[in-house]
Amino acid sequence: MSDAVLTHGAHAPASTRLQHHFDTMAQQKEAVTLGMWVFLVTEIMFFGGMFAAYLIYRMWYYQGFVAASRELDLVLGGINTVVLIGSSLTVALGVHAAQTGKKQQTVNYLLLTGVLGLAFLVIKYFEYSSKFDLHAAHHGASMIRLFPGAGIFEVTGEYAGIASQMRIFMVLYFALTGMHALHMIIGIGILAVITRMAMKGEFTPHWYAPVEIFGLYWHFVDIVWIFLFPLLYLVNRHG
Amino acid sequence: MNSRMDAHAHHADLGHEHVTPLGVYFGIFGALMALTAITVGVAWVNLGSLNILVALGVALVKASLVVLYFMHLKYSSKLTWIVVASGLFWMMILFGITMADYLTRGWMISPTILH
Amino acid sequence: MPSRHYLNHPTGFKSWLLTTDHKRIALLYLFSITAFFFLGGMFALLVRLQLLSPAGALMTADAYNRAFTMHGVIMVFFFLVPSIPATLGNFLVPLMVGAKDLAFPRINLLSWYIYVVGGIFAIGSLIGGGVDTGWTFYTPFSSMSSNSRVLTGAIGVFISGFSSILTGLNFIVTIHRMRAPGLTWFRLPLFIWAHYATSLIMILGTPVIAITILLLAFERVLRVGIFDPKIGGDPVLFQHLFWFYSHPAVYIMVLPGMGVISELIAAFSRKNVFGYSFVAFSSLAIAVIGFLVWGHHMFVAGETPYAALLFSIISYLVAVPSAVKTFNWTATLYKGSISYQTPMLYAFGFIGLFLVGGLTGLFLAAVGLDIHVHDTYFVVAHFHYIMVGGTLMAYLGGIHYWWPKITGKLYPEGWSKLSALIIFLGFNLTFFPQFIVGYLGMPRRYAVYPPEFQVWNVLSTAGATILGVGYLFPMVYLTWSWFKGKPAGDNPWDAKGLEWETTSPPPTFNFDRTPVVTEATHMYGHPEEVKVV
Repeated sequence: MSDAVLTHGAHAPASTRLQHHFDTMAQQKEAVTLGMWVFLVTEIMFFGGMFAAYLIYRMWYYQGFVAASRELDLVLGGINTVVLIGSSLTVALGVHAAQTGKKQQTVNYLLLTGVLGLAFLVIKYFEYSSKFDLHAAHHGASMIRLFPGAGIFEVTGEYAGIASQMRIFMVLYFALTGMHALHMIIGIGILAVITRMAMKGEFTPHWYAPVEIFGLYWHFVDIVWIFLFPLLYLVNRHG
Repeated sequence: MNSRMDAHAHHADLGHEHVTPLGVYFGIFGALMALTAITVGVAWVNLGSLNILVALGVALVKASLVVLYFMHLKYSSKLTWIVVASGLFWMMILFGITMADYLTRGWMISPTILH
Repeated sequence: MPSRHYLNHPTGFKSWLLTTDHKRIALLYLFSITAFFFLGGMFALLVRLQLLSPAGALMTADAYNRAFTMHGVIMVFFFLVPSIPATLGNFLVPLMVGAKDLAFPRINLLSWYIYVVGGIFAIGSLIGGGVDTGWTFYTPFSSMSSNSRVLTGAIGVFISGFSSILTGLNFIVTIHRMRAPGLTWFRLPLFIWAHYATSLIMILGTPVIAITILLLAFERVLRVGIFDPKIGGDPVLFQHLFWFYSHPAVYIMVLPGMGVISELIAAFSRKNVFGYSFVAFSSLAIAVIGFLVWGHHMFVAGETPYAALLFSIISYLVAVPSAVKTFNWTATLYKGSISYQTPMLYAFGFIGLFLVGGLTGLFLAAVGLDIHVHDTYFVVAHFHYIMVGGTLMAYLGGIHYWWPKITGKLYPEGWSKLSALIIFLGFNLTFFPQFIVGYLGMPRRYAVYPPEFQVWNVLSTAGATILGVGYLFPMVYLTWSWFKGKPAGDNPWDAKGLEWETTSPPPTFNFDRTPVVTEATHMYGHPEEVKVV
C-alpha cells in the first residue's frame, strides 16, 4: 500500500491538466465523465416531466393530437432528424479524431457539428414562424393559427370542436421542442468554446476529456429529438 | 478496492481507452437513417393501437444505438450503466405511478355518491 | 491553533468570493442561509401575530396569504433544502472521505452563486408584494388568477433548484471517486451515507420541479397552458408533477439531519452506532421509497381512490427505514458512556420530536383520517415537528459539534445548553397546540378562525416568541466565539473520524498527507483505529 500514499504536490505522471484535488489523470477523467452522466440523468428527469404530461394528454385528447400533429411540417421535421443524427455522427468522429491526435480533423468535425446544429435551429425557426401564419382555405375552409398564446390561437371550421385539444398539443409541442432548442443553443455555445480550444491545439490523446464530455451532452440532445420526432410529428399519418 | 487504487491498476496508461473503429460509427449512422425511414414509413400504415408501440420501439432502438456506440456506454464502467439505468427507471416511476391515477379515473364510483 | 489555515490564508474579499475551497464555500452558504432563515422567521412571526385573535386585526386576508406563502417558500427552498448539505455537507464530505476538495470545486462555487441569484429573485418577488399562492403554487390560481408576483417567485425557486442539483452531483462523484485509499463504502461515516442518499434525491427529483415551474411560468405568461381546466388542462397534473419532487424534497431536508444525528449519538455515547449497515441502507431505502409516495398529498385533490390506496400503503412502508434508524440510535445509547453536551441535547431533542412528527405522518398516511385533517393545523404541526423539531435541531446540533473544527474556537457551553432548552420548550409550546387545534378542525392558511380555537393559537404564538428568542441566542454567542472563543484544539470531543485527524481549523488542502485508512473511520471503542501515515 505504500505506493498509494501520496504527499500533496507529488503526482505520478506530471501533467499541467491535472487539477490539484485529483491524484491521477485517470481519476480526474473518471470523475469528470461520471459527472456528465449524472448530469444527463437530471436532464432525463427534466424532459421526463414534459413527456409525462404528453403521455396523459395524448391519452385524453387523441383526436386533437392527431389533428394538430398533422399540421406540423413532416418534411422539415424529417430533415431536422437527419441533420441532428448526422451531427451526432460528426461529433463522434470529432471525439475519435481527438483521441487519435488528429488536430485538423478534430476541428473540422467540430465545425461541421456546429454547422449542422445551426441548420437544425434555422429550420426550427421556419417551422415556428409558420405557426403564426393564417392558413386560408386550409382543410376545407377552416383557418388555423397554431401559436398557443391567448388571442393568437385560432382554429375554426372542421377542427373547431377539438380546438382546446389541439391547443394543448401545441403547448406541449412548443414546450418540448422549445426546451430542446434551448439545449441545442447552449450546446452550440459550448461547442464554440471547445472548437476554439481544438484550434489552439489544446487536445492530445492524453487529454481530450472536454470533447468527449461535450459529445455525451450532444448525443443526449439528439436522443431527446429521436423521441420527440415520432411523438410530435407522427401521431397519426394514416387514415 | 477503492476508486483511487482502481485508477492506478486499470488505467495507468490512458492509451488503453477504447477507440471505436470508424467503420462502426458509419455503420451505426446508416442504421439510424434506415430506422428513421422505417419510423416515417410505418406511420402511414394503419396498425391501430400498435402504431404507437412500433414508433416508440423504433425510437428506443435508435436511442440505444446512440447510447451504446456514440456515447460509448458499451465500453463504460458498471457504475455508468447503473447511472443510466437509474435515470430511465426513475422516469418510468414518474410515468407509471402518475398513470395509476389517470388510468383508474372513471373506474367504479363509490356507492355513497349514487344516493 | 495552526498559524496558517483555510480561514486566514489567503486573505481579501476576492479570495472569498472567488474561492474554490469547499470549506470557504460552506461558510458562504452558512452566511446566506442564516440570512434567509431570519427572513423566513420574520414571516412566521407575522403569521403567529395575526393568529393571536380570531378576527385577525393585524392584516387583510390577502396580506396574510402573502405572509404564509413567503414563509413557506423561503424556509423550504432557501433554508431547509440547502441547510445541512450546503454548509456541513460541503465542509465535511471531502474531509470525511479523505479528499482535498470536492470533485468539482468551481461548480461548487457556481452552486452558491446560483443560490444567491435565486434568492435575489425571491427577495425581488417580496419587494414586489410577495406571492400569495402558498408555497405549493397550485394551478390554476397561480397560473391564471393570482395578482401576486408569482412569476418572480417561481423563477427564484427554479434557479435555486439548480444549486441543489449541482451540490448533489458534486457529492455523488466525490463519494464514488475520491475516497482515500482503503476507505471502502462500509468504512464510511453514516453522515456520508446520508448525504449520498440525499444527493440521489437532489439529482432525480429536482429537475421535475424545475420543468413544472417552467410550465407554470409559461402558462402565466402566455395565458394558456396545460394546467388550466378552462381549456381542458388538468390542475391535478400540476400537483402530481409538483409533489413528485416536493415529497422527496422533505427527505432532502431530513436525511442529512439523520446523518448528523448518527454522528452525534456515536460521539456522545462513545459507541459505534448500533447496526451500522442497517442505518446505512435505511438512508438509501428512504431515498428510494420516498419517491413513490407523493400522492399522499393529494388524497382529496381529485386523484382516484385506487391511486390513493397505492400511495397510502407505500407511505406506511417509508416509515419503516426511519423507524430502523430511531431504534438503532436508541440501541446505541444502551450501555454507552453518555455525556450531555449541547450537540447531544439537540440529538435527544431530534429523536423525541422526530418520533412525534413521524408517527403523526402515519396518521396522515391513512386516507380515512387524512380526509378529516387535510389542510388543517394537524398537517402544519406534523411537518413542523419534522422540519423544525427534526432537521433544525440536527442542524444546530451539527453546527455546535463541528463548530470547533470549522472555526478553531469553542462556543460557551453554558449559554448553548440554555439556548437548547429554550428552543426545545419554545418549539413544543408553539407546535403541540397546533396538533390539537388542527384535529379540532381549524383550517390552515386562514387569516381568521372561529373563536373557540383562540386559546390554542395564543399558546402557539407564545411558544413562537420563546422559540424566536431561543434562536437569537446562538446567533449571538456563536458570533462572539468566532472572535473571542477559547482555541479548540484538533479534537476537543475526542471523537473518531477523519475530520478530527486534521487541525482545527483545517489547512486549505485539508490534510498535510493523504490519509490511508485501514479501519472504519468512525469506530469508537476499538483498539486499532485510523492510521494516518
